[in-house]
Amino acid sequence: MPDTGTITSGGIGDAVQRKEDFRFLTGRGTYTDDINRMGQTYAVFVRSPHAHAKIRSVDTSAASQASGVVSILTGADMVADEVGSLICGWNVVDRHGEGHKAPPHPPLAHDTVKHVGDQVAVVIAETLSEAQAAAELVEVDYEVLAANVDTGSALSGPEIHPEAPSNLCYDWILGEEADVDKALANSAHVTELDIINNRLVPNPMEPRAAIGEYDMATGEYTCFSTSQNPHVLRLILCAFVLGIPETKLKVIAPDVGGGFGSKIFCYAEETTCVWASKKIGRPVKWTSTRSEAFLTDAHGRDHVSHVKLGLDANGKFTALKVETIANMGAYLSTFASSVPTYLYATLLAGQYTTPVIFCNTKAVFTNTVAVDAYRGAGRPEATFVVERIVETAARELGVDPAELRRKNFIQPDQFPYDTPVALTYDTGNYEASLDKAMGMIDYAGFPARRAKSEANGKKRGLGISAYIEACGIAPSAVVGSLGAGVGLWESAQVRFNATGSVSVFTGSHSHGQGHETAFAQLAATKLGIPFENVEVVHGDTSKVPMGMGTYGSRSLAVGGSAIDRACDKIIEKGKKVAAHLLEAAVEDIEFADGNFTVAGTDKSKAMEEIVFAAYVPHDYPEGVEPGMDETAFYDPGNFTYPAGTHIAEVEIDEATGVTEIVDWVAVDDFGNVINPMIVEGQVHGGIAQGVGQALLEGTVYDKDSGQLVTGSYMDYCMPRADDLPSFRVDMTTTACTHNPLGVKGCGEAGAIAAPAALINAITDATGAVTVEMPATPERVWRALQENN
Amino acid sequence: MPSISLTLNGRSVSGEVETKTLLVDYIRENQKLTGTHVGCDTSQCGSCVVHVDGKSVKSCTMLAVQVDGSEVTTIEGLATGEELHPMQEAFRQNHGLQCGFCTPGMVMSAVDLVAGNPDISETEIREGLEGNICRCTGYHNIVKSVQAGAKAMGG
Amino acid sequence: MQNFDYHKPNSVDEAVANMQASDDGKFLAGGMTMLPTMKQGLAAPEDLIDLHGIDGIAGVAEGADAIEIGAMTSHSVVASSALIQSDLPALAALAESIGDRQVRARGTLGGSISNNDPAADYPAALVALGATVKTNTREIPAEDFFVEMFETALAEDEIVTSVSFPLVEKAAYAKFPNPASRYAMVGVFVAKNADGVRVAVTGAGPSVFRASAMESALDGDFSSSALDGVAVSADDLNSDIHASPEYRAHLVGVMAKRAVDACG
Repeated sequence: MPDTGTITSGGIGDAVQRKEDFRFLTGRGTYTDDINRMGQTYAVFVRSPHAHAKIRSVDTSAASQASGVVSILTGADMVADEVGSLICGWNVVDRHGEGHKAPPHPPLAHDTVKHVGDQVAVVIAETLSEAQAAAELVEVDYEVLAANVDTGSALSGPEIHPEAPSNLCYDWILGEEADVDKALANSAHVTELDIINNRLVPNPMEPRAAIGEYDMATGEYTCFSTSQNPHVLRLILCAFVLGIPETKLKVIAPDVGGGFGSKIFCYAEETTCVWASKKIGRPVKWTSTRSEAFLTDAHGRDHVSHVKLGLDANGKFTALKVETIANMGAYLSTFASSVPTYLYATLLAGQYTTPVIFCNTKAVFTNTVAVDAYRGAGRPEATFVVERIVETAARELGVDPAELRRKNFIQPDQFPYDTPVALTYDTGNYEASLDKAMGMIDYAGFPARRAKSEANGKKRGLGISAYIEACGIAPSAVVGSLGAGVGLWESAQVRFNATGSVSVFTGSHSHGQGHETAFAQLAATKLGIPFENVEVVHGDTSKVPMGMGTYGSRSLAVGGSAIDRACDKIIEKGKKVAAHLLEAAVEDIEFADGNFTVAGTDKSKAMEEIVFAAYVPHDYPEGVEPGMDETAFYDPGNFTYPAGTHIAEVEIDEATGVTEIVDWVAVDDFGNVINPMIVEGQVHGGIAQGVGQALLEGTVYDKDSGQLVTGSYMDYCMPRADDLPSFRVDMTTTACTHNPLGVKGCGEAGAIAAPAALINAITDATGAVTVEMPATPERVWRALQENN
Repeated sequence: MPSISLTLNGRSVSGEVETKTLLVDYIRENQKLTGTHVGCDTSQCGSCVVHVDGKSVKSCTMLAVQVDGSEVTTIEGLATGEELHPMQEAFRQNHGLQCGFCTPGMVMSAVDLVAGNPDISETEIREGLEGNICRCTGYHNIVKSVQAGAKAMGG
Repeated sequence: MQNFDYHKPNSVDEAVANMQASDDGKFLAGGMTMLPTMKQGLAAPEDLIDLHGIDGIAGVAEGADAIEIGAMTSHSVVASSALIQSDLPALAALAESIGDRQVRARGTLGGSISNNDPAADYPAALVALGATVKTNTREIPAEDFFVEMFETALAEDEIVTSVSFPLVEKAAYAKFPNPASRYAMVGVFVAKNADGVRVAVTGAGPSVFRASAMESALDGDFSSSALDGVAVSADDLNSDIHASPEYRAHLVGVMAKRAVDACG
């Protein structure tokens, strides 16, 4: 039994060390690429070097003769086997009542290729290097077509899918345009801004990987995959793509090295590995290189927007109008359509009482890899729109940006609050977060700090971002009515073993978030048993009840609530057993701190005794089933609404345009917190990704050739330790009112809040209205040239 | 095929390798030590960092034949049985890891970085870790971990 | 990556013989560029001749008014050499700014200059200091050594054995790194000795070059203000997603001033 660290208690609220860390720190984690199966073969994909081309022919004759080649499969083989298209699981209905255009997305292209990196064939060989060498020998004859990669002009560019005229996926609206136009016309002041939300490559440090395996004896497939949601992957592979009964496909997502959204989706590669494993009768393994990851992992963001905010003479917001073009890439990925619509426009009220809001999103196809959910998914884009336009309005009007926000905040007594964009915020206290953040950064002292910087040849700026997000997408009936193809509940099974240890099976999936620890704290506290006695099991469809996985900061709010519910069932059953053993009425049994007690007496039985009785039911209540193993499915009544204020302070070197973050304060309201250490870590990581977006990370496709220019870490700038400061993180708390734990979710907050805070600080320092992200030294230097 | 002999995590190993075998592939595939990871193909991410003759190097940018006669330590060789190395312990205490993928390389770099410098500054740590990319932690807790690990390791 | 014949000669002569016997051989120094290039399939030599086994071409030695550094000396050794830190601290600082700690542990002076990456740091130091590159057959002045992007005066079978850096009155290197790759987007090495001032620029153009207008200005008045209004033309400078030629030209001016200021 490995040492699991110094555990002081391990209940809810303790910053207990993580159970998973021993194996990670000693190199004993098991990631997908660490797994090797008997008789395994290696897959290498032949990928399109062109952004847009017709495939005239694929010649595999030379490659098939190469050393070690087992099989070479092409799109034609998939067509022959009737392999289905990869799907988008959320049908967004446009302003005319029509569903989105979801053109075919064959896992192996057989007719045209639509982005650089599109799969054309797979070479399967005895060794990886043999597969690589043979892949070089596959000759594809392409007729190169004009590429269309630019978001803003995609609608007038070369057509990519015959099913989507003008490359329009959908033209979607939320709100009443006429009302908003009228309110803007009647406003004392209207602020307008063009906003680009730059395209990002998620870059979890573990590249995607998959192993497909087919057991002829049982007819069962196994897919090891770097997935954030193994059941969803199984559902899509079985029901839509490969036509396998769910009983015959086991998906295992072992240790997964980060996801940030990019590992939610069902991709061509795992599909191909599973399919090919039966065709060749041997396991097929594929591991992405980083270069392939840049070309094929779903990217994030990529919006071009025009925004108008109306204000009355008192500085109260009167209306917000947002017109956005959102890049979907070449194909509609698994949840792509929902991101710039239901996860974006619905958050445009922010923390404010803006009475009318209209959003129009035109989703467009381009010859780029698919764009889908990336940490925050729609909500960072919404926050960036709201917090940039609010800041800009304050500057235009010459009012303190903090005060303008304060004036427009939804007040604590207004909850539950119905926004004009379809959400009901259950609780919050936005001023409390703002005040705390302003106090931490010494807002009042900023002018003096600025003067000091000026004296040293530095421009100093301060930027506020008061964000809100919606986590735990729910309830299922509502998301269903909006086009979601799945329910968004979560499952949990709490299984006591006879000797008192507990296995918690969760349908959510941990890829860095620490579920094995936080969920154990939750169950241990609820059941009144030692933290050490709880083991969390996740990531294997053959062990865990159907679950929806981890994304959208949903794991604790939805998955944790399911565990809470399953524990409730355990306790209810335990009360019946306890009542029998204690010779009392069930109604008189109380449960606290791991003990069942007859109310008003000292008669008591410990949880472990009850569990033992349930498994050895020699003296047992009639009509009660033996065993102590309960399952719950939790479907939330509403989203949760984490919110807070981040403030960034920067110093800019006038000579070079280099921005240094000199201070960062984050005050977040995540509701109740299970493990503050883990929560703070999530905030740090989120901020770093937001800083990356704002300062460092730009994804560039060449407009003529459609080549990905930023295809490696040589050109795509990942945040490094010396790019970032330490962060000052604190919290305020208003408990979520509608889930049993009062929790909200913390995974995405930093990535949502950070970009606006930083760009507001940089524009404050430079005097520019806007500086495009990433605010590279040259862009900042140019902003300084133009504004000083 | 050339033959190599080396000391790997204190154990003598030898055998034939193809010349093109990278050290990281030798460690992962030939020696089945999968704690050393591959996170990029441009020698930048540092997930593959190991020690060769006491110095941290990127094992994706060395050939296996080049460690003939050397001492190589991977993350698996750092702890003593179930007792963590002070740097590993510091990462655990300070939540210096999340998904764990960059962690082996990060820890191996950190051990080399702080050797003989128990009072290493935050700036020195941040600059010293520029060859290791982490996407989860924002480095905040990694920096704290390395600082604590340096102290615990002593001079 | 393809297999190759691996050679680990014990002497320069043996290495040269290995190369001459090969139809398509490459020398391997630190491997920090060679191995990534081979991994990408951009190089597939039949013979790889590893120079690590050769005695006498690594290390730092004091010469007459010069420091001689062996070609196989790693960047980390240059950065931490007490001799270089005391007599030519700008060069130690430059070495410390190359790549990252792990790259510095393996990457070598000889490998770097033989590759002549236009964004490498060392070429600026060699040219500004008027260094001499010593090979197995001859001595080459630095300015003649760097021909153009990824091209040097070296013959196929010629090996850099050391570089002799003359000591100067004052010198400093100011680098603006590419934020992603950390190579020099602009690096300016300024050196002052009795003969005058030399300013060498790396990263900005297709190969290292001297900024003669800056040199003239500094010859008259060795202060950063002497560079006011002395611009480098953007015309032939590099352009990429990280920096336009205009911005690079501007940075050359800024980095030159910083280097002069750092000379003290």
